Amino acid sequence: MSTTLLLIQTLNGLQLGVLLFLIAAGLTLVFGVMDFINLAHGVQYMLGAYFLAAFAAATGSFALGLVLALGAALLCGVVLERLVLRHLYGRDHLDQVLATFGIILFLNEAVRALWGSAPLHVDIPEAMSGAVRLMPGLLYPFYRLVLIGAGLGVALLLYVLVAHTRIGMRVRAGASDAAMVSALGVNVGRLFTLVFGFGAMLAGFAGALAAPILSVEPGMGDNILILAFVVVVIGGIGSVRGAFVAALLVGLVDTLGRSFSTSLMRLAMDSSAAAQAGPALASMLVYVLMALVLAVRPRGLFPARAG
Amino acid sequence: MSLASCAAPPVLQLQGLVKHYGRLRVSDDVWLDVAPGEIHALIGPNGAGKTTLIGQIAGEILSDSGRILLGGVDVTGERPHRRVHRGLARSFQITRLIGGFSALENVALCAQALDGSSFRFLAPVRRDAGLNATAIAALVETGLAERADIPAGRLSHGEKRQLELAMALVASPKLMVLDEPMAGLGKAETQAMIAVLRRLAGQAAILLVEHDMHAVFALADRISVLVEGRIIASGPPDAIRADTAVRAAYLGEEA
Amino acid sequence: MSASARHSLLPLLIGAGFVLVPLITGGDVYAVNLAIRIMCLAIAAIGLDLILGYGRLVSFGHAAFFGAGAYAVGILSTHGFTSAPLLIGAAILAGAALALPIGAVSLRTRGVYFIMITLAFGQMLFFTATSLSAYGGDDGLSLPARATFLGTDPFGSPLSFHYVVLALLALVYLGGRVLVASRFGRVLRAGGEDERRVIAAGFPITAYRLVAFVIAGGIAGLAGGLYAEFTEFVSPAYLSWQRSGEFIVMVVLGGTGSLHGAVLGAAGVVLLEEWLAEFTEHWRLIFGPLLVLAALAGRDGLARLLGRGKP
Repeated sequence: MSTTLLLIQTLNGLQLGVLLFLIAAGLTLVFGVMDFINLAHGVQYMLGAYFLAAFAAATGSFALGLVLALGAALLCGVVLERLVLRHLYGRDHLDQVLATFGIILFLNEAVRALWGSAPLHVDIPEAMSGAVRLMPGLLYPFYRLVLIGAGLGVALLLYVLVAHTRIGMRVRAGASDAAMVSALGVNVGRLFTLVFGFGAMLAGFAGALAAPILSVEPGMGDNILILAFVVVVIGGIGSVRGAFVAALLVGLVDTLGRSFSTSLMRLAMDSSAAAQAGPALASMLVYVLMALVLAVRPRGLFPARAG
Repeated sequence: MSLASCAAPPVLQLQGLVKHYGRLRVSDDVWLDVAPGEIHALIGPNGAGKTTLIGQIAGEILSDSGRILLGGVDVTGERPHRRVHRGLARSFQITRLIGGFSALENVALCAQALDGSSFRFLAPVRRDAGLNATAIAALVETGLAERADIPAGRLSHGEKRQLELAMALVASPKLMVLDEPMAGLGKAETQAMIAVLRRLAGQAAILLVEHDMHAVFALADRISVLVEGRIIASGPPDAIRADTAVRAAYLGEEA
Repeated sequence: MSASARHSLLPLLIGAGFVLVPLITGGDVYAVNLAIRIMCLAIAAIGLDLILGYGRLVSFGHAAFFGAGAYAVGILSTHGFTSAPLLIGAAILAGAALALPIGAVSLRTRGVYFIMITLAFGQMLFFTATSLSAYGGDDGLSLPARATFLGTDPFGSPLSFHYVVLALLALVYLGGRVLVASRFGRVLRAGGEDERRVIAAGFPITAYRLVAFVIAGGIAGLAGGLYAEFTEFVSPAYLSWQRSGEFIVMVVLGGTGSLHGAVLGAAGVVLLEEWLAEFTEHWRLIFGPLLVLAALAGRDGLARLLGRGKP
């Protein structure tokens, strides 16, 4: 395996990690602050991608499309929260699972009914097309670098927001003790709507960023949702910092595992067996990682809740 | 106390127990013995660390240092369910019952834990005559026999406290740790509970955590006073009543 | 009708219904096949109800064990094995054997962690199935032949398939009832209501839950094996997390903690899907909101109407 390939795959891993973080950040706060299991978070990611595709096509501008898509994603999150989810806080997790599962079925199908089952194509914006020479012999698509940069930028913003602002303090307090925050007279209902809408917007942002490089299709949020769950579990529920570390870890392990497992397996067995075992092993890696983390730290790497 | 009970090892020994939460020492070098057959009351103001100490004794909270001995056996690292098998039974400050089970079934569940393996998959447990008889006996002792078939969730508060007691008692424990059994009880119910506990005292030692001072002084053979995680005094009721440190720290009087 | 009458009468009515389907419809292949599909899924739903309904553990990886059973049958069939007891036995074993390590890790956790972890492990097995390139990978695997038993062909005709599956469903249902009412079942049920209390009573609750989890996995494996025989096809879609979600929906809509409810839930979901699909290909646009409404209204609403069972 060449150094160039390793570098490229590391960047690809970072890119997946950044997307995962954007999804997991909202998810982990919703879990932490509201003790709410939101399966419908993955469809927010999908909606972000579709909104971008639609608005970019309608306005002819990627930037404008992105702004409109973010607004629409936020609106969707708030409407969903007000209409359905807020009635399920404090209820049995099973009710939350049932309702959000129903929302997934509905939104996936709605997207299919509106845009059809075929993947949509979104162009990479002109200004960000082409590749950048990172070092001799290493060309990397500029857009993907922008994606990684944007993701890291949002992560930094989120860190400042959560760690250094009044609202962030309330969210953190809520993640460790919601009853206490409520007792202190904070309007928990509004806080929840805010956290939820913001989380939905972040997931939508991830979807919008991913739209030009991944296929935009119904159900695209389903599998990435589960990877985001893995991130949340590894990072520790309610911890944005944990989600960040775990997202990068999962992104790298998954991407590098997929590209190198077969060659690694070849060291131990003949190539046809390796060609079989490699992909199987690669697809299991992040879950094995999760199991290992749980075996050592059942509450994740950075547990937000004490006790 | 008779000579015989002095010769037997204490049913419970706490030796220098410590528990920190961050920088807060919730249990701070706690030493405590409960002798066989004794009612030993543990009192202290709110936040003194009584609930944490019970958690440590029951094994739900692992201690940072120190040792816990049940009947002379070191159980410091043992899991909660193992300690039950060594003769420890507890009740909860806020009643924890299986609301959908009848009173009888709640008690039978506890009896079942000590009656061989529960990895038995065939015989219907409701018709298990042995378990039911044991459970009924415990309900009779706590005065709840007539309510045996009522779902626990529908019992009155006082009856729930009685049921908690029956669930502890049915295990024929060497030591019962009772976390505020009088909490929320009316005057008459408290009197009834005191009578029941006094009758039970012969069967098992009791570590009684209680805020009702009337009940404590009526029942206890010895009293230990926990303040800010430390035992500041331990002795017979009269001595505790007279202890100036206790009066200052706990009863709120000027020394 | 009293609760106990409903509890014994309703299961009998359901059983009689399944017995009569081929007779009433004159052996109509569509109807009988629909009934077979319902019964296969109902078996899996009963397994899930043991842990979800009685143990109150929201396992979101049930389809993985269902799929494991299906793949056990599929893989053994491609290697020329046709003995029905062997194939079905292997299906049960596959489901149970996977449930053991997955349960052992997952049961260390609680609440939303448990949901996410079972979901993640289910997904891991899904991807494992897609990477089984020797056995069809993404595309799945067709069974070369159906299983035989002592020279007979139990799965050969829809009619005999129907009654074989019905017999197994009855067996699993009755076995489940016995289990729930046993000493073991009491500990499992009590743990579902108050875990701390059960530990304080002296039970290592995780061990009981793990056994229940493995039994549920074995039952799901059985169901998956039968389903593979039914469709003569196995694919990764059998292990998808959407299918796990469907199993949960079946158990919940039928009423958690009543095994015949799981059967009714399976029938309800399958029939509703079939019925809605007649109006529109986008039937999920109706089905999804129905689930949301059911959750908002209190998910036991339907169950209360049908008579919620007690062991």
